[in-house]
Amino acid sequence: MSNYAYVVLIPLLPLASFFLLGLFGRKYFKTSAGPIATAILLVSTVLSFYVAYEYYFVDGKADGIYRQIVALKHTWLEFYPGISIDMNIILDPISIMMIVVVSFISLMVHVFSLGYMKGEERFSTYYCFLSLFTFSMLGLVLSGNILQIYIFWELVGVSSYLLIGFYFEKPSAVAASKKAFIVTRLADLGFLIGILILAFHAETLDFATLIQRLTTPSPQLVSITTASFLGISFLTWGLTLVFIGGAGKSAMFPLHIWLPDAMEGPTPVSALIHAATMVVAGVYLIARLFPIFAISGHAALSVVRYVGVFSAFLAAIIACTQTDIKRVLAYSTMSQIGFMMFALGVAGFGNEEGLGYTGSMFHLFTHAFFKSLLFLCAGAVIHMVHSNEMHDMGGLRKFMPVTHISFLIACLAISGIPPLSGFFSKEEILLAAFNSHMAVYIIGLLTSGLTAFYMFRLYFSVFWNKDTMPHNGNEGTLTMKVPLIILSVATVLAGFVPFSTLVTWDGNPLQSHISILFSIAPVGLAILGILLAAVLYKSANERPAKIASALGGLYQAAYSKFYIDEIYIFVTRKIIFNLIGRPAAWIDRNIIDAFMNLLAAVTAKISERVRGLQSGKIQNYTLYFFAGIVGLAVIFIYMRK
Amino acid sequence: MNEVPLNHVLFVSTALFFIGMYGLFTRRNMITMLMSVELILNSVNINFVAFNKYLYPDKLDGVFFAIFIITIAAAEAAVAIAIIINLYRSHHSIDVKDAEEMRF
Repeated sequence: MSNYAYVVLIPLLPLASFFLLGLFGRKYFKTSAGPIATAILLVSTVLSFYVAYEYYFVDGKADGIYRQIVALKHTWLEFYPGISIDMNIILDPISIMMIVVVSFISLMVHVFSLGYMKGEERFSTYYCFLSLFTFSMLGLVLSGNILQIYIFWELVGVSSYLLIGFYFEKPSAVAASKKAFIVTRLADLGFLIGILILAFHAETLDFATLIQRLTTPSPQLVSITTASFLGISFLTWGLTLVFIGGAGKSAMFPLHIWLPDAMEGPTPVSALIHAATMVVAGVYLIARLFPIFAISGHAALSVVRYVGVFSAFLAAIIACTQTDIKRVLAYSTMSQIGFMMFALGVAGFGNEEGLGYTGSMFHLFTHAFFKSLLFLCAGAVIHMVHSNEMHDMGGLRKFMPVTHISFLIACLAISGIPPLSGFFSKEEILLAAFNSHMAVYIIGLLTSGLTAFYMFRLYFSVFWNKDTMPHNGNEGTLTMKVPLIILSVATVLAGFVPFSTLVTWDGNPLQSHISILFSIAPVGLAILGILLAAVLYKSANERPAKIASALGGLYQAAYSKFYIDEIYIFVTRKIIFNLIGRPAAWIDRNIIDAFMNLLAAVTAKISERVRGLQSGKIQNYTLYFFAGIVGLAVIFIYMRK
Repeated sequence: MNEVPLNHVLFVSTALFFIGMYGLFTRRNMITMLMSVELILNSVNINFVAFNKYLYPDKLDGVFFAIFIITIAAAEAAVAIAIIINLYRSHHSIDVKDAEEMRF
């Protein structure tokens, strides 16, 4: 067994570049910030790949099972013996898979941004924030303590906030960053309460101990399952609240409203944070606590399942109607994360039932590649057209061949066309659903058909359809093309990673066998979706408009994102502001403030009277002095008796 | 020779004390106020000496106290006159009514 202490460098190098660029960037590295951050991150990425190789293929296994390695253990704050916040680094199949994904995608985004953000006024600040994000995300996935993960969870939230609001002179970007921060913070409140419930009953904050105590019959498990609130046991409450935190970050219904708005940030940021890495933190969190969910928290797991499948379906419908290229991708992200969530939700205890878990992680892995590729292509398109609207695009295949091919590959992958990566992961998820929950499987199947439709709607509208003349003729710099090509290759090849032998929830390799017959339905539906999209959008015609008007209210509702934003505004402005905000303000003004004012007024009155004593007349003072002496004398004489 | 009774002496010292007190409260001139303070101090001195003589004729504690007070009175007079001179320099007057700006 080799020493894994060097893993600590993987998150710390981006932190170093964050400090370097944050403190000196604007002065000394105005243009060299990008290459510096990229070079530092390259070291991290290489290290991540090296760790992955060492772990998966050299010495991660003990008796044929992938074990958990604690690479670093440092007790940071100890509340009392057993409950402490540690700064741990743990290595197990999912954390290593995540550091590879995070560092690799982040590296691609760093390289892409060299071209995309060239000439920005706050170029070094941008890279500084990216480094902060990379550090926090790597720290998050390596965390071995539930409060440690919470700290990094907030840090990624902050860096996401900073990057969404990067163009802070645009009011919409400011509003979007605020919205993202507030919505996720609200969800994180649930997460924190969930942590406290679990930690209170399990008497530990360490993941391994927590899982061990809550999955085997132990006094802690008895205490948490017998204590209940509103008829639901504290275990279910705790896990559901933790899931709410995850749902906030991962944009699950009904906390998804921040994700489409988050597209106000620079596009490479959307690729990194709001497609590939940060938004899957929720999935990762559930996966981290998966044994508890699967063995003792069935009720909470079914919440995960139904929220996941509902979000996947809802987002797919909305994505069919949106016209902003990045918003389509945002809803598609939400839909795919829904897939990962319900894949976890249908997974269960036992080797064969663990397929959902593996499928979810596999989909997370492949999705990271093709979704960041889609976003980077969208970035290249936006860079060329200077617009986010699909109406302003069309016929771009002639002007940007590299982007066109990459986008096509990513679209095919996300639609689940074999042999691209999305096919394998989606197949595993659907198979897991098929084996346990038929209803979930059917909705998942429909959703995957819809996915193919809206992705190719996007593809045909941007690259075919009518002809438009882009503003500037070139496709972007070399640094923008290279990441697209690398990610395309990754998208094609990622499906062939023997994932089910590498990442399983108990470390045992899983024998996955997908029969050709099973694949017919999803692939058939995907091809149908693609053909439908081709008919409607390949050339400019009136058919889409006619269908939209035929669907009438339904189309309008989906176009308006089912009025969920409006419901939120109604609930906050009308109900919460009127019923809670205003009475609270009234109490604040008329009772709390009034009490304080009364105190102040009384003090002022008394001092008005008392200040007469400070007359400035020496003889008055003498008089007081003698009066005091006489008074004291009287008291002493009286007391002596 | 007939001894003066104790209460006569006490009567004199009390009278002296209250004359000093009256002067301290009514006079505005700082020199006069200083003189009034001296009167008060001396009335106390008389008390000390008288009690020493009539109650403990073979001891000298009261006399020592009186000497001590006289010393202090001298020091106090020096300080007070320094204050008066400073006041005169800043206000061109030694009337306390003219120096009332240290107030609320």
